[in-house]
Amino acid sequence: MLGRVSVFDDLVGQDSVVDQLRGAVRGAGHLLAGGAGEGMTHAWLFTGPPGSGRAEAARAFAAALQCPESPDTGCGRCGSCHQVLAGTHPDVLYVRPSGLSFGVDKTRELVLRAASRPTGGRFRVVLFEDADRATEAASNALLKAVEEPSPRTVWLLCTPTAEDLLVTIRSRCRLVTLRTPPTGAVVDLLVNRHGVDPGQAAEAARAAAGNVERARQLATDPAARERRAEVLGIPARLDGTGACVAAAARLYELAEAEAKATTAGLDDQERSDLKAAFGEGSTGKGVAKAVRGAAGALKDLEEQQKRRATRIKRDTYDLALMDLAAFYRDVLAVQVGARVELSTAAHRADLQRVASASTPESTLRRIDAVMACRARIAANVHPQIAMEAMTAALYQG
Amino acid sequence: MSSASAPPPLSVVVGDEELLVDRAVAELVAAARAEEPGVDVHDLMPGQVTAGKLVEVTSPSLFGERRVVVLRGVQDLGKDLAAEVTGYLTAPVDDVMLVLVHAGGAKGKALLDAAVKAGAARINCAKPTKSGERLQFLKGEFSRAGRQVTADAAQALLDAVGTDLRELAAACTQLVADTEGRIDAAAVARYHTGKAEVTGFTVADRTVEGRIPEALEQLRWCLAVGTAPVLINSALAGAVRGLAVVAQPQRGVPETELAKAAKVPPWKLKTLRQQARGWTPKGVARAMAVVAETDALIKGAGRDPAYALERAVIEIAGARNQR
Ligand SMILES: [Zn+2]
Repeated sequence: MLGRVSVFDDLVGQDSVVDQLRGAVRGAGHLLAGGAGEGMTHAWLFTGPPGSGRAEAARAFAAALQCPESPDTGCGRCGSCHQVLAGTHPDVLYVRPSGLSFGVDKTRELVLRAASRPTGGRFRVVLFEDADRATEAASNALLKAVEEPSPRTVWLLCTPTAEDLLVTIRSRCRLVTLRTPPTGAVVDLLVNRHGVDPGQAAEAARAAAGNVERARQLATDPAARERRAEVLGIPARLDGTGACVAAAARLYELAEAEAKATTAGLDDQERSDLKAAFGEGSTGKGVAKAVRGAAGALKDLEEQQKRRATRIKRDTYDLALMDLAAFYRDVLAVQVGARVELSTAAHRADLQRVASASTPESTLRRIDAVMACRARIAANVHPQIAMEAMTAALYQG
Repeated sequence: MSSASAPPPLSVVVGDEELLVDRAVAELVAAARAEEPGVDVHDLMPGQVTAGKLVEVTSPSLFGERRVVVLRGVQDLGKDLAAEVTGYLTAPVDDVMLVLVHAGGAKGKALLDAAVKAGAARINCAKPTKSGERLQFLKGEFSRAGRQVTADAAQALLDAVGTDLRELAAACTQLVADTEGRIDAAAVARYHTGKAEVTGFTVADRTVEGRIPEALEQLRWCLAVGTAPVLINSALAGAVRGLAVVAQPQRGVPETELAKAAKVPPWKLKTLRQQARGWTPKGVARAMAVVAETDALIKGAGRDPAYALERAVIEIAGARNQR
């Protein structure tokens, strides 16, 4: 990361959101000084398409609320700002569901912890990413907390769209709507903050179609670029039912490998941390009891890790399927002669080939097949079976 | 005091099949106990045998207490110890019942020959090498338990379990406990290894062969014996995948890779190719779609997994002649 003068600098192409949040931070300052605190409220809902930076915006807001140095922008350099951005600030509670759902017990525990007074004298902030993963019972527990706020507690909820949350919760939150950032803004971010060379940055930004996190990954991780190139090579290779099976198997393998790579290090670290916390290897009175407790905790941890692996796999399939959908959307643009930015421009030869060998109607059917595959995987259909049906449909056109 | 069934004072148990060896020794010990319940049993591995120990267990006792001495792995006894044992054979003690266990190879053969020459009863426990011998073993197992087994059931069990006698014996015990009456092939299929997959595969095979009545019968039966619908659909997925791989194989891909893609052993590609006759790429693609729809229905989108599978069988079989 290169220099930063405000925590809001990382929010790419989100000028109106930044204005709104700066205003709120000023209001929060007045509130702490005993004023009315205009512009500030205790519950916020951050929404926006994948990769637009919902969680980043909420995190920057949290840092600015806590920053003692530059109370209207969040300086981004002081200890407090660093703690918030690194996820270690004592008055910011981070909730990032590791599984596909977030239960009522954990939510109740969270509500309790959120209600205590801030230790640092400013605010107690809860940053709840993917709040749409809260179960129905969990949402009701959350609603109570949002309805009857503690004076210094601020709730920051993040969901893809406002409709993903109970309407009763939504109506009590102030909405922060992030947009898909323009490609130019993403390129600037990659070049200025991550030191990526401009050509690479432009290609990554185009490929990610506004998903900042994805753009950063593609610009900085060669393995991610290779995986994407392999996925985008699939349509041109589907020349028979045998190729359909092979392509689906390959997609499956890539997702499994990705999930393994992401989770393996984390899993081991968490296991050894847990064992250390329970004092593995120690002897003496009470050890037997501690060991029994540790076995239970370890089982819980393994359950959590399994859920996280499932989620990462689904996210990875989703990424691959979105890349495929983007390819066919570009095919469609070529077929109808639309002058738009092609996110898969690097595969122009394949685009041209598929475009000239099929009709726009069949391209639409193919996009539908990709979307049906996403829905099926979300509905727990075995991913390989879902992807075989998809590749077969792509082949048939 | 001794009767016709009295155990011989000297026996050799020869062979490398552990289960049979253990059983032979156990029977000899049991026979000795039947004669005299309080008999002392010294069951010694080669490492436990010393000259002193040998003297201790084979010397006449003051009050004539009887003893059973089992020497395991006598082929591994050192030269001196083997000589001690041979020496004993020339002057056996009345109270001692000696059992020598020999692996059956050339090693330590002199001791074995000496024992036989001294009048030892010989029990052979070689590993059965022919399938006829293993069948014989299976029949023996069932008749020991007082049960009969049909020839095809014994063969099916052999096919399912393999050649390890311990595993075969365990499988027999399981079948005897889980079934009644004569044991037939259906009982083996139902109560033994991989039953769910085996039967799911039958449904899938009949389906892709377009034999709807048989496929539906197999499906009903499969569901009736409690096979999970998701396993049946996974068998359907496997069969359709196999068709897809051989119907339009990827160019330049060797047979072993094709087999891997179809998830079958290479020799099964021939079966797949037979099944793939009558299938067009369009029909295969349709069948792949049906499998995915069915998986979604079974996983909760539908209310009746059994019906979802019946529909799948009919639609996949129907896709067979799709042009
Ligand atoms: Zn600061």
